[in-house]
Amino acid sequence: MALKIVKGSIDRMFDKNLQDLVRGIRNHKEDEAKYISTCIDEIKQELKQDNIAVKANAVCKLTYLQMLGYDISWAAFNIVEVMSSSKFTYKRIGYLAASQCFHEGTDVIMLTTNQIRKDLSSPNQYDTGVALTGLSCFVTPDLARDLANDIMTLMSHTKPYIRKKAVLIMYKVFLKYPESLRPAFPRLKEKLEDPDPGVQSAAVNVICELARRNPKNYLSLAPLFFKLMTSSTNNWVLIKIIKLFGALTPLEPRLGKKLIEPLTNLIHSRLVITLHRASVEKNVCLIGLVLPIVCVCVCVSNAVLISLSSGMPNHSASIQLCVQKLRILIEDSDQNLKYLGLLAMSKILKTHPKSVQSHKDLILQCLDDKDESIRLRALDLLYGMVSKKNLMEIVKKLMLHVDKAEGTTYRDELLTKIIDICSQSNYQYITNFEWYISILVELTRLEGTRHGHLIASQMLDVAIRVKAIRGFAVAQMAMLLDSGHLLTGNMQRNGICEVLYAAAWICGEFSEHLDDPMQTLEAMLRPKVASLPGHIQAVYVQNAAKLFATVLQKHEGATDSQAAQDTSQLLIERLPLFVQSANLEVQERASCILQLVKYIQKLQQKDVEVAEEVSALFAGELNPVAPKAQKKVPVPEGLDLDAWINEPPSESESEDEKPKAVFAKEEPKQSRARHIEVDEKELARRREARKQEQANNPFYIKSSPSSQKVYQDAPGVEHIPVVQIDLSVPLKVPGMPMSEQYLKLEEERRQKERADKKKKDKKKKKREKRGKGKRDDSGPESEEDITPAHQVDIVTEEMPENALPSDDDDKDPNDPHKALDIDLDKYVPSAENTLHKVTVCMLHAEKQGDLSITRHFLV
Amino acid sequence: MHVTLLTRLAKWYMQFDDDEKQKLIEEVHAVVTVRDAKHTNFVEFRNFKIIYRRYAGLYFCICVDVTDNNLAYLEGIHNFVEVLNEYFHNVCELDLVFNFYKVYTVVDEMFLAGEIRETSQTKVLKQLLMLQSLE
Repeated sequence: MALKIVKGSIDRMFDKNLQDLVRGIRNHKEDEAKYISTCIDEIKQELKQDNIAVKANAVCKLTYLQMLGYDISWAAFNIVEVMSSSKFTYKRIGYLAASQCFHEGTDVIMLTTNQIRKDLSSPNQYDTGVALTGLSCFVTPDLARDLANDIMTLMSHTKPYIRKKAVLIMYKVFLKYPESLRPAFPRLKEKLEDPDPGVQSAAVNVICELARRNPKNYLSLAPLFFKLMTSSTNNWVLIKIIKLFGALTPLEPRLGKKLIEPLTNLIHSRLVITLHRASVEKNVCLIGLVLPIVCVCVCVSNAVLISLSSGMPNHSASIQLCVQKLRILIEDSDQNLKYLGLLAMSKILKTHPKSVQSHKDLILQCLDDKDESIRLRALDLLYGMVSKKNLMEIVKKLMLHVDKAEGTTYRDELLTKIIDICSQSNYQYITNFEWYISILVELTRLEGTRHGHLIASQMLDVAIRVKAIRGFAVAQMAMLLDSGHLLTGNMQRNGICEVLYAAAWICGEFSEHLDDPMQTLEAMLRPKVASLPGHIQAVYVQNAAKLFATVLQKHEGATDSQAAQDTSQLLIERLPLFVQSANLEVQERASCILQLVKYIQKLQQKDVEVAEEVSALFAGELNPVAPKAQKKVPVPEGLDLDAWINEPPSESESEDEKPKAVFAKEEPKQSRARHIEVDEKELARRREARKQEQANNPFYIKSSPSSQKVYQDAPGVEHIPVVQIDLSVPLKVPGMPMSEQYLKLEEERRQKERADKKKKDKKKKKREKRGKGKRDDSGPESEEDITPAHQVDIVTEEMPENALPSDDDDKDPNDPHKALDIDLDKYVPSAENTLHKVTVCMLHAEKQGDLSITRHFLV
Repeated sequence: MHVTLLTRLAKWYMQFDDDEKQKLIEEVHAVVTVRDAKHTNFVEFRNFKIIYRRYAGLYFCICVDVTDNNLAYLEGIHNFVEVLNEYFHNVCELDLVFNFYKVYTVVDEMFLAGEIRETSQTKVLKQLLMLQSLE
C-alpha cells in the first residue's frame, strides 16, 4: 500500500495535511463524528487566515468531507476566494469544491461571474480549462446568460483542448438559457467539420443530445451527418450518429431508404472485424456498435412501413440480416451480449414476428439461464413466438421453471406470463382445453402467489365459453373443492383461495355434469368453509343452493324421496352457520336460502314435487359480457333517464335546486302512475319476458340475478319497490360470441387453413416475383376473420391543445428541453443582431452620452 | 463505490438535494451489490439504467438514460480505469482516497457535462502529466 508521491516540497506539505485528515478519519473509526467535528473547527480557523495556501488546503479538506456526506455550503464564500487565486493548483481546488457543492440556490455564485469570465479569457489554457469544467457543474440561468458569449468565442479558440470543452459545455448552457441556442448554432455546425477529431466528436455529441429531444429541428443537418457517418472511423462518434438517425428517420421516410445501404455495409464490415477482434481482445464496445445499428435498422424499416411511399425492395432482407447478427450475439457466452441481443430481438418482434420465430430454440435455451434479467427478456420474447404446435411444450417448460423458481416475484412473473401466452387473442393457440384446465389446476398448487384471482378468472372464462369442456372442468373443480390444502392455505386477498371461488361457481352453474353432486354439496358446506374470505363464502352458499336443485331433480326423478329429504335436512343443518357470518352478503344469501329450503321441506313432507320449480330458480344460460355492452344498450323510447324517479327534494333546499324541480315535476308523477297500474298479471308477464331475455342477455358474472329471482318467485316475499325498466325490445349486443360457435369456428378455421395454405404459398411466390415488398404478415399463422369477442375502442386520451405526446417528459414541468424546441432555420437574420446587441451594451458603458448611436443599434 | 457502502467518489451531472443524493447512493448500492459475476452489467433503475463494473473491491457505476448505448458506457468505464491505472502507476483504492482531487481531474478530462469527452488514453494522459507539472 505504498503511496507514491511525485511532487515538489511545497506540495508535499500541502498533501500531508490532507493526508493527515484522511488518515485521521480512518484511524478514528469509532468516534468518527467527533473527530470530524474537531477537524471542521480547525478548518474554520484556517479559513480565517489570510494566507491563500492555507485556505486552499482547508478547502481541499472540506471537499473530502463533503464527499463523505457533510454539508459545506457555509464555506461558499471561502471557496470563491480560493477560486480567485492566481496559482493554478489553488484555483483548481476552488473550482472542484465549487462543482461539488454549488447549486442554483447558492447566492455567492453571482460573485463568481466576473472571476469566471476572467479565467475564460486567460492566456493560460489550463485556467480556462478548469474554469469550464467547474462551470459545467454549477451553471445557473444567470451565469449562462452572462457567459454564453464568452463561451461561444472560446469555441473558436486555437487550442482544440479548449474548443472541445467549450463545445460540450454549450449543451449545459443551452439547457439553462435556451435563447443562446439560436446564435450559437452556426458555430456549433462549424465544429462538426473541425479538423480535430475530438472537437468533431464533441460537436456530434451535443447535436445528438439536442436532436434527441427535438428531432424535427435538426433534419436539415441530416446530409452532413450522413457524410460524417460514411467517412468517420471513430466508433464512439458512429454510435452517436446512428442513434441520431434513429431519431430522425421516423420524420423523414426518404432518409430511411438512403440509410439502408451504408448501414448494411457497416454491419457487414464492422461485425466481421469486430467479432474477430473481440474474440481476441475481448473489446466489447466494438460489438456495442452493432446494437445501435440494429435498432436503427428496425426504426428505418418501421419508418418505411409506416410511410406510404413504399417500394423498398430490400428492407426485409436487412431485417433478416439484423436477426442473423442478433443470433450471433445471443449465442455468445458473454452475458451482456446475450442480454442486448434479446433486447433488440424483442424490439424487432413488435413489427416482424415471423423473422424472429425461427430462433425459438435459442430463446428457449435462454430461459434456462442463471441470470434473472436474461430470463425475463426471454420470457418477453416468448410472448410473440407461440404457435399452436409449440404452445404446449413451451408451457411445459415454463411449468418446470415454476417448480424450480424460488422467490415469489419471478414465479409470479412466470405465472402471469403463462396465462398471458395461453389466453392470447381469445385463446387462439389452445387446441386442447382439457389440457389448459389441467394446467390451471396445477398452478393452484403454488403457494404464496399473488395472482390467485387471475387463475380463477381464467377458469371461469374457459368454463363459460367452451361448452364442450364443461364436463371435464366440473370434475376437476369438484376435486379442488374436496382438497383440504387449499382451505388451510393462503387466506389473504388474491391468494390461491380465490380459485375456490371459481371452483364453487363452476360446480354450481354446470352441476348437471357432476357425477356426485351430493358429495360436492357436502364439501361446500363443511364448517371449515367459514374461514374463507367473505366473497368466496357467498359464492359457496349460492352455489350450494344450485346444487341442491340438481340433487332434488335427480332424486325425485328416481322417486327416492327419502334421499331428497335428507338433502334438505343437510342444508338446514349446515346453513345456520353461514347465517351467523359477519359478512353481509353471506348472511343475506344464507338466510334467504335457508328459508326457501325450510319451505321446500314442508312441501316435501306433503309429498309435493318441488324439483321442477326449484330448478326453475336457476334456469337460463349465462354468457360472457362484452365490456362495453352496458353502454351499448339502446335506451328505449319514452324513457327519460334524467327524470326524477321520486318526488324532487322539498322546496326548503337551496334556490339552485328550484329550476330543476320545476322542470321535472311532471315526470315523476307519470312514472308513479305507471308503477301503480301494475298488477299481478303484468308482473307475471314481465317475469316471463325477462327470463326469456336473460336467455340471450348479458349479465354480470357476480351472480346476483339469481337472488333477484328468489325474491320474485318465492311466494310471500314483498316486491322491492324499485322501478323496473320494462324493455320489451330484446337486447342484442353486437359482436358477442356464443360458446358453441367458438369451437365450430376453430374447426372450420383449421380446415380453411390447410386449404388456404396452398393458395398462400402460390400467392407469396407471385408477390416476390413482382418485387413489391408489401407488408409482411405481421400476425402469426392465423388467417381467419373471427369477429373479435369484445369490440375494443381505444379511446385516445384527451389532451390540451397543441400538446404533443412526444413532449411528455416526466421530469419537471419546466423541462429545459421543451424550451430548446425552436426552429433553427429561422436563425440567420437575427443571430448577428443579438451579438451586436450585447457588444453594444458593453460599448455603451464606455461611451457615456452617445445615446443616439446605441439607440440605432438596439432597434 | 466500495463493497461496504463507502462512496469513494461521486460525480453528479444533474441537480439533486443532498439527502436525495444520499438516498440514491444507497439504492444504487442495494441494487448493484446483490448481483454476482453471472449477471449482466446493466440494471434498470427507476427510469434510467445503471451500467456498472466491479474491479476487485470497487464498483464503478454510471447512471444513464434507457436509450443510451450500454456497451459504449461499459467501455467508457474500462477506459477510465485504465487511465487511472496509468496515471497512478498501478492504482489501488488508497490512491483514490488520498488523491481524490486528482481523480476528479481525470473524470473531468474524460467526461464533461454528462457526455464522454475524450476517449484516447494517450491524449488524456498527456494532459494530466502537463497539469501535474504545473503544480
